[in-house]
Amino acid sequence: MSQVKRKKVADSLIFVALSAGAVFMIAPLLWMLSTSVKQKSDVFALPPVWIPSEFDFSKYLEIWQAGPLLSGIQNSLIISLSVTIVGSFTSSLAAFAFAKLRLKNKNAIFLLLLSAMMIPYPSLMIPQFSMFASAGWVDTLLPLIIPPIFGNIVMVFFLRQYLINVPNAVIEAAKIDGTSFFGIFYRIIVPLIKPAIAAQFILWFMAVWNDYLAPIIYLNSPEKLTIQLVIANFNATYAIQTDYPLIMAASIIALLPMLIIFLIFQKQIIESIAISGVKG
Amino acid sequence: MSVSKTTSVQKPRKSRLYRQESIAAFIFILAPLVGYLIFTLYPFFFSIYASFTNWNGLGTMNFVGIDNYVKLLSDDYFRKALFNTFFMMLGIPIGLFLSLILAMGLNRGIPGTTTFRVIYYIPVVSSLAAISVLWQWAYNGDYGLVNQFLSLIGIDGPNWLQNTATVKPALIIMTVWKGLGYSMLLYLAALQSVPKMYYEAADLDGANSFQQFLHITWPMVKPVTFFLVITNIIGGAQMFTEINIMTPTGGPEYSAATVVFYIWKKAFDNLQMGYASTLSVVLGIIIFIVTLIQFKLNDRSSFEID
Repeated sequence: MSQVKRKKVADSLIFVALSAGAVFMIAPLLWMLSTSVKQKSDVFALPPVWIPSEFDFSKYLEIWQAGPLLSGIQNSLIISLSVTIVGSFTSSLAAFAFAKLRLKNKNAIFLLLLSAMMIPYPSLMIPQFSMFASAGWVDTLLPLIIPPIFGNIVMVFFLRQYLINVPNAVIEAAKIDGTSFFGIFYRIIVPLIKPAIAAQFILWFMAVWNDYLAPIIYLNSPEKLTIQLVIANFNATYAIQTDYPLIMAASIIALLPMLIIFLIFQKQIIESIAISGVKG
Repeated sequence: MSVSKTTSVQKPRKSRLYRQESIAAFIFILAPLVGYLIFTLYPFFFSIYASFTNWNGLGTMNFVGIDNYVKLLSDDYFRKALFNTFFMMLGIPIGLFLSLILAMGLNRGIPGTTTFRVIYYIPVVSSLAAISVLWQWAYNGDYGLVNQFLSLIGIDGPNWLQNTATVKPALIIMTVWKGLGYSMLLYLAALQSVPKMYYEAADLDGANSFQQFLHITWPMVKPVTFFLVITNIIGGAQMFTEINIMTPTGGPEYSAATVVFYIWKKAFDNLQMGYASTLSVVLGIIIFIVTLIQFKLNDRSSFEID
């Protein structure tokens, strides 16, 4: 066999293997989708039914009454949006200062902030809880919003990396023109690093939206829960009644926003992840 | 990690502009700095102090010296949780191995690469809570997807999450499934940055595929492997959501409980916040040591910020 031919055969075999792998990756999610539109007889059918004998979308109406799903989405949106919008602003402003402005001991301060990455959240959650408990903030969204809006060191880190490659001349020129430092940030830096900010923004938004540990510590009342806690409660409540279509429908609703965001921005997300990993 | 000194050649002139610039810079970094002091540094020291006290979270903190640490040494639940946490990290090498193979497959420029990338990445962006709900259902002994699949090839699957022997493998499989796309993506990016001529030169020298892998590919992706091992260990040490949703009681005979699950139970269920702080300090130390060992073993990988 010629080398070209051999490569072609190998490529086809790999294609088949990758496709089989892809089926394994996607099958559980398709199963979820299919269960959510099944009638009870199909849910417990043996052998399994992948395509329901009759599509039943009633669970997608039922879920809104079955638990505080709507308020869960609202709460998750409030938290995720306020955290990422304010936090991205504070983070990029700090990244600009760390990368481009002169300040005594600025690298020492940066290293200090970086040390936060080595301390896991579970090691901080008890004192944080006691702080917010004495402020009377338990069972409000505030403990989930306030700490991160001061900035995210991971984002500061990546934007600083990105900014270091921006030539100083651009900034020096603006300084000589007498532009204020905030003006430089707003009019020169932000447009330059917009793609990097956007990528970090999306990744952060996803992380906050999917967070579970912090919300479960602070939130108790049904109307305060985030969407993740709501579906966990759905699971605990309705599994006893074996109402799996209902549980799966609610879980699909919880998955969907991130899935849509991912599919729209997949190119940017995948690129920024790849860059962040390679640069370490 | 170390920050290389930025080489500002000119000495800081104490001009008006310099002063203004410093003030502006300070204001710009103030928010993260204040946030760090209030929400990281203060809680960090508070945790250490609380770990030496008997405290229910509300009342006074009674200093008890190293009592909590002594108690921890003979705490069977903690030992179990620690064992489980490390055991479930067995998924890390499995996941890295699979993802490297996948990445090498995707690196050949076969049609559909983008689609594959997206499909493999979907579990990564999916909410862990929803995924846990889904897998709990998939692991159902009677009607779950996993056992239905196994019955096709004549295997009578167990009730995965109710069985001490299968609950950890079940969680490992799910964790590997969820994280595969992420590692694969990083490996793929690393592979794409390997210059083609390395392989061409090796071909000319008559090196076979395995030798090429051993002497070119593996060394070239080593920094990524290192990064993934570290982040996976740090993440794995904090496993919580899956356990909380899939095995709310910690699994049969506590065989699925992780350290963070145990800390959470102690702190917010039993209100033993002093003891829970001790556990959390130990967790922090373990993560710190693991990170340190990895850095020592891999001092060739430079993590310079520049």
